[in-house]
Amino acid sequence: MLAATVRVTRDIDAAEECVQDAYARALTDWTTNGIPLNPSAWLTTVARRLAIDLGRRHVTHDRLVPLLVADLDGESEQTDAGDVGDDRLRLIFTCCHPALDLESQIALTLRFVCGLTTSEVARAFLIKESAMAARLTRAKKKIAISRIPYHVPDAAELPDRIEAVLEVVHLVFTTGHTAPSGTSLVRDDLTSRALQLARMLRDLLPEDAGVAGLLALILLSDARRNARVTQAGSLVLLEDQDREKWDHDFIREGIGLVREALTHRPPTRFTLMAAIAAVHAEAPSFSETDWGEIVAIYDLLVFTWPSPVVALNRAVAIGFADGPLAGLMALDELSGDPFLAHYTYYESARADFHSRLGHREQAFASYELALQLTNNAVEREFLQERLARFTTGGAESGPSGASEQRHHDQSHLTPTRMNYIRDSKETT
Amino acid sequence: MSEYLILIYQDESDPAWADPDTGPQLMKEHMAFGEKHGASLRGGNALHLTNSATSLRHDKSGKVTVTDGAFAETKEALGGYYLIEAADLDEALAIARDVPAPTGGVEVRPIMPT
Repeated sequence: MLAATVRVTRDIDAAEECVQDAYARALTDWTTNGIPLNPSAWLTTVARRLAIDLGRRHVTHDRLVPLLVADLDGESEQTDAGDVGDDRLRLIFTCCHPALDLESQIALTLRFVCGLTTSEVARAFLIKESAMAARLTRAKKKIAISRIPYHVPDAAELPDRIEAVLEVVHLVFTTGHTAPSGTSLVRDDLTSRALQLARMLRDLLPEDAGVAGLLALILLSDARRNARVTQAGSLVLLEDQDREKWDHDFIREGIGLVREALTHRPPTRFTLMAAIAAVHAEAPSFSETDWGEIVAIYDLLVFTWPSPVVALNRAVAIGFADGPLAGLMALDELSGDPFLAHYTYYESARADFHSRLGHREQAFASYELALQLTNNAVEREFLQERLARFTTGGAESGPSGASEQRHHDQSHLTPTRMNYIRDSKETT
Repeated sequence: MSEYLILIYQDESDPAWADPDTGPQLMKEHMAFGEKHGASLRGGNALHLTNSATSLRHDKSGKVTVTDGAFAETKEALGGYYLIEAADLDEALAIARDVPAPTGGVEVRPIMPT
């Protein structure tokens, strides 16, 4: 609805106002006339009409509000499904325009395409809400003042513009796959939105290996949706997941896409991540996982995408391929990283390896630290339960811990990626 | 349509300037640019080198200090500009891409409407 309205206003703030006005009108209109057959189409149509009115008023005296009426002629006020999809894609390309800095591109898309609140976007970036609000305002101002156009780039431009879009779609998925805050671990609204966006991009760019890789990654991760959270909402480790509950249609489709994407050299980051997910998907059970293959793919991934969290995942994979001591040593090599020092999964991985080696005290300390670092209620509950095993003396040394579930589960790449972007920008 | 200023930055100390062919070659490139984008051009000029520049700086008390040289002492200095008209930023960037700037680059700034 916002996307359809932005097409008219060319200004995100103005569009938001129109959408809010449309809701206000619905309150009075629907009370008198009853709820329309298609409430969302009603709202969209009203919002767009308000936007057109607003545009006619503005265009005469305010040239700062850009492109208000450029292609309104011949544009129907009807909004069918295809139209809405196109609008969303246009909005994505506007939000992901290279004239905006990369963080702003991601922030705008999360806020305006996916409808996250400013606070949720701020959490994904690990910055304060006020700072995120200021960033969004600056970005919207740049769109309006420099007249960043609202259209899907032409075929020649498209490959260059697609990278940022993939980045953003992946981030939307990971934000939904492990919600950074709140009481539920997964936000299906966001994961489905990301899948829909990835499929749309696949239709637009059927030849693009990066798109194929990202779609594969989303499918293979989302295939575990029904197995990774219990009905009560708590986390199920990969080890304990009922593989029958995995979505085998998604897996089949995802593996096909990975194979296709891997024929393009060099493989992209998303393709490699999807390849790791594919190794898990093809393993009949956790114990039969080809960890050597997974470490080998991580070796490539660390090279393609040198981020602290990829290095962390590689260390955990080594722990499974070569034993907990090797894993712990690989983790210790990363101990100087300032980001990992505040990262829940680094501590929970340490805790797990210590626990498997029978180092009760170190395991206890690491679980406690990990607990202090998470904001997600489900993760908190999981870590508390781990910690309780130590306090009640029921500690076990068998393979267990957040790291198994985590290390292959690219969801936790989210905050690091954001950090990585920020870091790399500060150093250039 | 909007107006954009394309600011051309160049490295005045680049050894390319010592080559007698550089000037005429650059002139040819600007002519070609002018022919290609004549319809969008609203103005433009080359500037003398920064050693001809005089800067005026206002301090907080309102006093003005006049100094020799360009305002910002950076490697790349403003060397010329084009004033163009374009439908949107993508169109402006497409034009800016064609501006010859062998020792630097260009910056595109929307003009504030009056």
